[in-house]
Amino acid sequence: MCNILILFVVIPLVMMLGLWASRSLCQVKVVMVSGASLLLALSIYIVFNYIGLRNAGNDAEMLYTSSIMWYEPLNICFSLGVDGISVVMILLSSIIVFTGVFASWRLKPMTKEYFLWYTLLTVGVYGFFISIDLFTMFMFYEVALIPMFLLIGVWGSGRKEYSAMKLTLMLMGGSALILIGILSIYYGAGASTMNITELSQIEIPTNIQHTFFPLLFLGFGILGALFPFHTWSPDGHASAPTAVSMLHAGVLMKLGGYGCFRIAMYLMPEGLAMWGEVFLILTTISVVYGAFSACVQTDLKYINAYSSVSHCGLVLFALLMMTRTSCTGAIMQMLSHGLMTALFFALIGMMYGRTHTRDIREMSGLMKIMPCLAVCYVIAGLANLGLPGFSGFAAEMTIFVGSFENTDTFHRVCTIIATCSIVITAVYILRTVGKFLYGEVNNPEFLQLTDASWDEKVAVFTLIVCVAGLGLAPLWASDLISTSVEPIISQFIK
Amino acid sequence: MENLTQFFQMRQELGLIVVFLIMFICDLLLPENHRKLMHPIACILLVVQMLVTIVPTDINLFGGMYHSTPIASALKTILSFGTLLAFLQCTDWLNREDSKHKIGEFYSLSLSTLIGMYFMISANHFLLFFLGLELATVPMACLIAFDKYKEHSGEAAAKFILYALFSSGIFLYGVSLLYGAVGSLYFDDIAPLLHGCELQILAMVFIFAGLAFKLSLVPFHLWTADTYQGAPTVVGGMLSAVSKGAAAFALMTILVKVFGNMVELSSTMLSIIIVVTITVGNLFAIRQQNMKRFMAFSSISQAGYILLAMLGNPTQGTASLVYYIVVYIVANMAVFGIINAIEQKTGRVLREDYKGLYATNPKLALVMTLALFSLAGIPPFAGFFSKFLVFAAAFNQGFYLVVLLALLNTVISLYYYLLVVKAMFIDSSENPIPTFKSNWFMRISLLLSLGGILAFGLVSCLYQTFNNLLIN
Repeated sequence: MCNILILFVVIPLVMMLGLWASRSLCQVKVVMVSGASLLLALSIYIVFNYIGLRNAGNDAEMLYTSSIMWYEPLNICFSLGVDGISVVMILLSSIIVFTGVFASWRLKPMTKEYFLWYTLLTVGVYGFFISIDLFTMFMFYEVALIPMFLLIGVWGSGRKEYSAMKLTLMLMGGSALILIGILSIYYGAGASTMNITELSQIEIPTNIQHTFFPLLFLGFGILGALFPFHTWSPDGHASAPTAVSMLHAGVLMKLGGYGCFRIAMYLMPEGLAMWGEVFLILTTISVVYGAFSACVQTDLKYINAYSSVSHCGLVLFALLMMTRTSCTGAIMQMLSHGLMTALFFALIGMMYGRTHTRDIREMSGLMKIMPCLAVCYVIAGLANLGLPGFSGFAAEMTIFVGSFENTDTFHRVCTIIATCSIVITAVYILRTVGKFLYGEVNNPEFLQLTDASWDEKVAVFTLIVCVAGLGLAPLWASDLISTSVEPIISQFIK
Repeated sequence: MENLTQFFQMRQELGLIVVFLIMFICDLLLPENHRKLMHPIACILLVVQMLVTIVPTDINLFGGMYHSTPIASALKTILSFGTLLAFLQCTDWLNREDSKHKIGEFYSLSLSTLIGMYFMISANHFLLFFLGLELATVPMACLIAFDKYKEHSGEAAAKFILYALFSSGIFLYGVSLLYGAVGSLYFDDIAPLLHGCELQILAMVFIFAGLAFKLSLVPFHLWTADTYQGAPTVVGGMLSAVSKGAAAFALMTILVKVFGNMVELSSTMLSIIIVVTITVGNLFAIRQQNMKRFMAFSSISQAGYILLAMLGNPTQGTASLVYYIVVYIVANMAVFGIINAIEQKTGRVLREDYKGLYATNPKLALVMTLALFSLAGIPPFAGFFSKFLVFAAAFNQGFYLVVLLALLNTVISLYYYLLVVKAMFIDSSENPIPTFKSNWFMRISLLLSLGGILAFGLVSCLYQTFNNLLIN
């Protein structure tokens, strides 16, 4: 099987073997850094190669496809393939995995085990994005869920056991719904294939779509923090260790939006037509409610987690607006939010490691003590509230322009309500920044603290460069995405 | 003379009887201080028996009384494998002072139950089936009472045998009703004569109830927790994995072969039983502190999942049923193996005793975790694939609601499996289980189980083989 995509699963597996064999902390770090760099290089190569192939006139829906039969009686294949959407998601994952390694540079104890589970998580994430077979995709999806339990439970902070259990069970509930949705697609389409591109050519009976679309969408929506099933996210992200928060909020929550788009909406357009508006109401609530909740939190991680709920709600919101621009914006938002939230969680983790508190009421004037980290935090904040020049602006702009293209009154009203979140975002970001970064130093013990070390700078600067890069030159990404959004969109705009 | 050649065709049963006889002779001849040799002898003989008859064959003997289909013959090999795992795990327990003199008896009794299961699986006539059922049950009761110096062991056996006798009675009553209705006991003869009148429904319900006891389906599960807790751990493992596998296959055979015409009725009955079994098993498992009781309720809910396969069509359903059984056997035997190892070394069986196990015995904790994940149906472990296949089988026949409820129940089951994982990895304890080394037999058994847990799912050939056996 000579497919370059398989490397995205093989490299992490080799890394796991390497970790298993390593005897010292140094070896562990060598394995992780080299593996993560290799993955990053590979995904950059894939992006350029993909653009090259597209420019050369290859207009197949999926590129790098290959397929081997796995469970023949059920037509389950191990099928790989990527389009523009998955390519940018792979790039996002690689950036965050790479920076996550540096963000957990000084993590103790049981560093080796920590990285083992962390790498298993990346296997699931990559596998999900590269597969185009329903079963394989679902399998990788579940692979990505389970390591979270131990990562949060063992290395987390605060109410870690409660949060780990809550997160795992809620997401498992979601995946139960996804499984039944997958079965309904497979048997509804005549039990002949599990390949997504082939399934999109087959009409699934309308009653099946009407019954199972909400289950499938909800299943993925739970991971995408859809109101009212977002409650795992604040607790989970607040308790998780830094790199895990980064990876989970940055990439795993995107699995939800990606699944909603690639599986639920793509394969069940009739169901979408029936249920779209119900879910649109829920996502609008997510967007506004998440932003308001972030305003009243005092824990930095909770603020960012609720901000994630709001921004991931915006992803689903834009998808349900069902215009080409808004869907492109949704994928841009996934990318942008992934980078920004990872940056936030990285910075929060670094500051927490120094001050040992995340309560903004107990901190003040950190700008004077750790200027580098504080300035980066301000940058992240500005990017998050959508300042032009950063990725947030490019994504949200596309989303709201695209949403306004939907001229239906109901959609209009929802768009207007959701747009309010921009203002609320500004409120909580500026409030937080003003409260704990500026002002007088209130705790004399903080004066002893140091600024960022080199490994932290690697993580933070990489992310800032990406956020600014996407904000300054968004066109390459939006072109890449919009051509691939086209075939999916054409399913439900008839 | 012709009958004699017929006997020789039953190679799997004959092989097992030969093993049984050799073990019996060893027990007679080996001097007291060489008794320990019986462990390797038993394991090797069982492996030989498995390997010699590993190629599935289709044998129909005694005028259709005995019919070993290829899939049944594959299942027999699987059951032997499960028993082999149990044999590998039992050495520490049998070598103890108080049971050293009974080593031979253990092997004879467990091989007899296995022979009973063999006949149960390949019976094509209700009398032969009943003989197999009894042969599988009565020695099992002796095995449960093996630790007779422990009061729980006796209590467990008493409970088991009482329930077993009662359910055998019900089963026989069902068979007699069926005989009254159609006038034959051959499966093949009965099937075309059934049309779903009240008497036949009653017969089906009684026969189902009799077997439901062996599978410990709700509401016939009340013996399970006490018996598992009181029985020696190895026997608990056999009871939950091997014996349950045989009973599930036998039940499926009867439902398909005999009551094929009444499939609508039996599916309705099954649907209700499945949902109740899974839910009750799960909810009770949450509260259990004793690991053996915990596994008892876990195995009740697993039986519900096995039953899901019976809702499927005969080919897909049977293939996924047998596959589920294999995967369940390896995962369950791994868990029981670890419980057993820890119990033999320290005598501790509570969940809170497992706190901090990862710090002291990382390998055991890891195997336990993977086995529990497999039971919970987490990929890439085999349990995920087997669960998916039974769900697919039931979904294919249109049982959407049952599948949905069963799926939501996997969340509950994940919760209690994670409680154990949490105890081992996250919680710390002032008095953890000290680091110890298991003997080679136990290690081989755990390695075999681990290999199965990792490989049976990712490598699809096992399921394909079952499927092909059924199609041809």
